[in-house]
Amino acid sequence: MAEPLLAVRGLRKRFGGLVATDGVDLEVAAGETLAIIGPNGAGKTTLIGQLSGDLRPDAGTITFAGDDVTALPAATRSHLGLARSFQITSIFRDFTALDNVALAVQAHAGHSFRFWRPARAEARVREPARAILEQVGLAARADVVAGTLAHGEQRQLEIAMALATRPRLLLLDEPVAGMGLDESQRMVQLLRALRGRHTIVLVEHDMDVVWASADRISVLVYGRVIATGAPEAIRLNAEVRRAYLGEEVPA
Amino acid sequence: MDSRARALALVAGFLVLGLVPVVAALTLQPFYLDLFRRIMIFAIAAVSLDLILGFGGMVSFGHAAYLGIGAYAVAIPAFYGIDNGIVQWTLALGLSGLAALVIGAVSLRTSGVSFIMITLAFAQMLYYLGISINAWGADDGMRLARRSQFGPVIDLANPYVFYYVVFGLLVLLLWLGHRLIHARFGMVIRAARSNEPRMQAVGFATFRYKLAAFAIAGAVCGLAGALLANQTEYLTPSFMHWTRSGDIMVMVILGGMGTLFGPVLGAVAFLLLEDLLSAWTVHWQVVLGPLLVLVVLYARRGLYGLLPGGVPHG
Repeated sequence: MAEPLLAVRGLRKRFGGLVATDGVDLEVAAGETLAIIGPNGAGKTTLIGQLSGDLRPDAGTITFAGDDVTALPAATRSHLGLARSFQITSIFRDFTALDNVALAVQAHAGHSFRFWRPARAEARVREPARAILEQVGLAARADVVAGTLAHGEQRQLEIAMALATRPRLLLLDEPVAGMGLDESQRMVQLLRALRGRHTIVLVEHDMDVVWASADRISVLVYGRVIATGAPEAIRLNAEVRRAYLGEEVPA
Repeated sequence: MDSRARALALVAGFLVLGLVPVVAALTLQPFYLDLFRRIMIFAIAAVSLDLILGFGGMVSFGHAAYLGIGAYAVAIPAFYGIDNGIVQWTLALGLSGLAALVIGAVSLRTSGVSFIMITLAFAQMLYYLGISINAWGADDGMRLARRSQFGPVIDLANPYVFYYVVFGLLVLLLWLGHRLIHARFGMVIRAARSNEPRMQAVGFATFRYKLAAFAIAGAVCGLAGALLANQTEYLTPSFMHWTRSGDIMVMVILGGMGTLFGPVLGAVAFLLLEDLLSAWTVHWQVVLGPLLVLVVLYARRGLYGLLPGGVPHG
């Protein structure tokens, strides 16, 4: 593999007696989609949190595009090109959908110590925000207050806000969580459209989504990566089937 | 259309405020001039608190500290013979802004109840500092021999001139505040109140914006303190007492947190109630208390939310 975009070495995180991340090594090449799967409590969200900078690991290093980002806060990593979506929808509920995305654009369009010009009149921020809403299929809902959007639309908005930071790597934490069938199909389409154009680390429970979107899969169990490989290899891996897919493997 | 009704109500309110001196002159009741000038001074303090409390979600329980610093910034130079208003008011703005910068830099590393307690502790520290400095009056405070001097045209000794100076500053503050909360800076602090982890995830180093808002609010409240020293023509450390911080906070909550005009309404309601009811009983807060409970329970965005036009979002 050429120099990976993201390289994780020996990552460890414990919460009291619980070891949530137990020596994780990962590499993500530019352009690929890596899915991280694993049973509940395997430490997937904790891992994403450490990659995005919301959580500080106890040990190990995270290298992004050649820079050691292990000690950098989330806002700084965002400027290096790391963007995340949250498993539990995290948006600005009192603001419109367009405002939500415009804020993400604004964060990457110069400083915000500007006290005079109305931000909502700034074409430099609003136009790209509109284009991204279009891209995720929310253009018609631009002026709706985000807190009143349907659940699936809020999940799309999550992705839109991540895209608005023009990331080199997207960290998507269960983008279809809690979605109905229709909504989740729309999200899979969106993920397909992003695949190849963006480098993606995707945490997901829904195996249909994973099979449809991932180039490679890593399986996380009790904070450890027990297997990494192409979807077919993972599907056939006996240890994975025992630990996660819940099948009895004939001897 | 509703928003037009609200705008009309607000314009009417400001016309009334602007006409108070005329009414006071015609009815020979200079008392009202004094009362409404005091109300507007506290309105300035309340608007400054609302910038961080309502818009920024920073529950500072020590805002009276800046009121005190602003007042001392007038009284101490005056004590040493410097009564130039430009010098005094610049000091009031600068020193209270600087104090807020330092207090904020420490306090904003915490949140929730800790933040409330730390801001309260800083204000009480300044209060006790004021009490302990004998050269500057200790707990008796200091008299102001002359109001701040701005040359012969703007003579604050003239109660009407002073009234319109305060009125002008309040209107100016509301206009600047309106620009600020809709500009990039305002969007950042409002969104950080709404969801700070999200702001950091999209790339905002929120701390520096919150700290800047905290310092601006402190500086503006310092100006209110300078005006208050001129209003009362004396000051005591009690300007900084925690109950004073509480009063300003009650004005903001009563009038409507996170609105520009709400704190003005809150200051009017609070101080008029105080004036009317305290003539009747010293326990006037017996009435204020239940009223505040009703407003908090039933009027989202306080008195401002009761105006026609409903509650704006964002």
